[in-house]
Amino acid sequence: MGQILWCVSLIVLGLSSILGSFNYITTIVNMRAKGMHWMRLPLSIWCLFVTAILVLLAMPILSGAIIMLLFDQTLGTHFFGPAQGGQPLLWQHLFWFFGHPEVYILILPGMGFASDIIANASRKPIFGYTSMVIAILGIGVLGWIVWGHHMFMSGMNPTLGTTFMISTMLIAVPSAIKVFNWLGTMWMGNIRFHVPMLHSIAFVSMFVIGGLSGVFMASTPVDIYIHDTYFIVAHLHYVLFGGSLFAIFAAITFWYPKMFGRMMNPTLGKVHFWLTLIFYNCVFFPMHNLGLKGHMRRLYDPNQYEFLKGLQGLNTFISISAFLLFTVQLIFAVNFIMSWFNGKKASENPWEDNGLEWTVPSPPPHGNFASPPQVYRGPYEYSSPLVSEDFLPQDRQLPGDASPAAHHT
Amino acid sequence: MAHAAALDHEDVMQPPPGCEPGAGVYNEKLGMWVFLGSEIMFFTALIGAYIILRVAHPSSFKEPGEVLAVSITAVNTFLLICSSVTMVKAFASVQDGNLAGLRKWLVATVVIGASFVGVQIYEYQHLIAKGFVPSEGLYGSTFYTMTGFHGFHVTIGVICLIFVTIKAFQGKYTASDHRGVEVVGLYWHFVDLVWIILFTIVYLI
Repeated sequence: MGQILWCVSLIVLGLSSILGSFNYITTIVNMRAKGMHWMRLPLSIWCLFVTAILVLLAMPILSGAIIMLLFDQTLGTHFFGPAQGGQPLLWQHLFWFFGHPEVYILILPGMGFASDIIANASRKPIFGYTSMVIAILGIGVLGWIVWGHHMFMSGMNPTLGTTFMISTMLIAVPSAIKVFNWLGTMWMGNIRFHVPMLHSIAFVSMFVIGGLSGVFMASTPVDIYIHDTYFIVAHLHYVLFGGSLFAIFAAITFWYPKMFGRMMNPTLGKVHFWLTLIFYNCVFFPMHNLGLKGHMRRLYDPNQYEFLKGLQGLNTFISISAFLLFTVQLIFAVNFIMSWFNGKKASENPWEDNGLEWTVPSPPPHGNFASPPQVYRGPYEYSSPLVSEDFLPQDRQLPGDASPAAHHT
Repeated sequence: MAHAAALDHEDVMQPPPGCEPGAGVYNEKLGMWVFLGSEIMFFTALIGAYIILRVAHPSSFKEPGEVLAVSITAVNTFLLICSSVTMVKAFASVQDGNLAGLRKWLVATVVIGASFVGVQIYEYQHLIAKGFVPSEGLYGSTFYTMTGFHGFHVTIGVICLIFVTIKAFQGKYTASDHRGVEVVGLYWHFVDLVWIILFTIVYLI
């Protein structure tokens, strides 16, 4: 019964994600404001666009697989049960064919938020906008041909394994392009170390660690040793907790004033950030060592194994750190709720950002824009010599700017 | 608000006004194309599983005609193709402003589509009575999952077509605004196409 409920809930969840992706894709393709060329889109929008395409194409595969599983449970079909010729490996292939694009569904929006926030806080244009867009698209395409790297230990032709190893290592290239571009953006910038920026820097740093441990596991000979050990638990959390979650904290703090019209408390924000960063590394970094010593994951009691008994001290340290990590998240929850009522009133554009959302009141009124905005430039014109301020909003018409309406006649 | 007012006066079968050039079609049509993209992936999962299981265990699958009645399904396939033709006729009629033609062809599409579902239910009853049930090995598993989900899609299509037909009889569609007819038509042709693939790989090969 429990499994049936899981299946049904995942089908419903998948359906809602797919429906959401229609909205993102149609809006971004068809309803960009006048002057908002593709190459003037904020990188967060680019990332959400590619994410929506991945959701659109990956979720139905999971839905199909889960429907087969559900029928195995309820109608007595034999898709995945080996007794009558069904194939458990078929389940693994279908699951990971969805599962690997899903990894990029989780990280791409974070990459977009971090790009916007890092450029804003460095008061510099994003480094290599075009290469950022190509990297996002590259990740979106390569993400489809790497799923086999989750299955090196499931029994696979070595030639196929090598193919998946190469395609997986290829995906490090666009990821590295993005990291270098973030570093290039911060280089020599007048960095404002506000809370969203701290989280964004942590995002980049943790993503580098997670990305590098990913290259370890992409390599088949290494993966055979560390497969299903704590090394993968460490890797997973460095990209998904260290990566995605820090970006989510960054994005929530950054857009909170736009959503609720009040700023989050920066002191509480900084306390939460530093404690999270410390305890997070205390929890997940030692797991690399556990994994390299052969500690399997998902063990009820590791002390059953003689060779794992010596690791008990490290395990205890991780457990204590994990409880502390959870506890400090309460600071964020308290800050989130308290700022709703007591936060400092936010102006239209508290971060001095260029994006269109910062030209409307905080929170935006019904319909968002009083009249359709017109866009004259990309979103990263910080420290432009054309204006006295160090930011230049996308919709501000300077004397030399042709009206976009005239541009298209 | 100015934006919404501008929309009222523009050609609704064109991309939204006041925007950068996008896909070159109106939003509902683009949304349907996007939706069909996800549908392709869904049927790919089901059909892909069928192909893999069949290649791995050919002995679990019966020869064409041994269990499934090819002749009655061939007639059913012909019916569904006819319904695509009537759908095209309905769309062409409304484009020309021929509302009587639109109603006539929509009713024909609904009737033929519903007949397809009826024949499929009859086929299922017949097969189940013969003892060919979804738990009957890999053959029953894949057959009922694939054709069942296709039948479900046809049923949804018939329900949508009934709504479109009701709106057509209420005079809601004109030569300048018949988005519902076109968008549901796209879905209907897609469902038809999937059936041609399913008929080929399940009944004929």
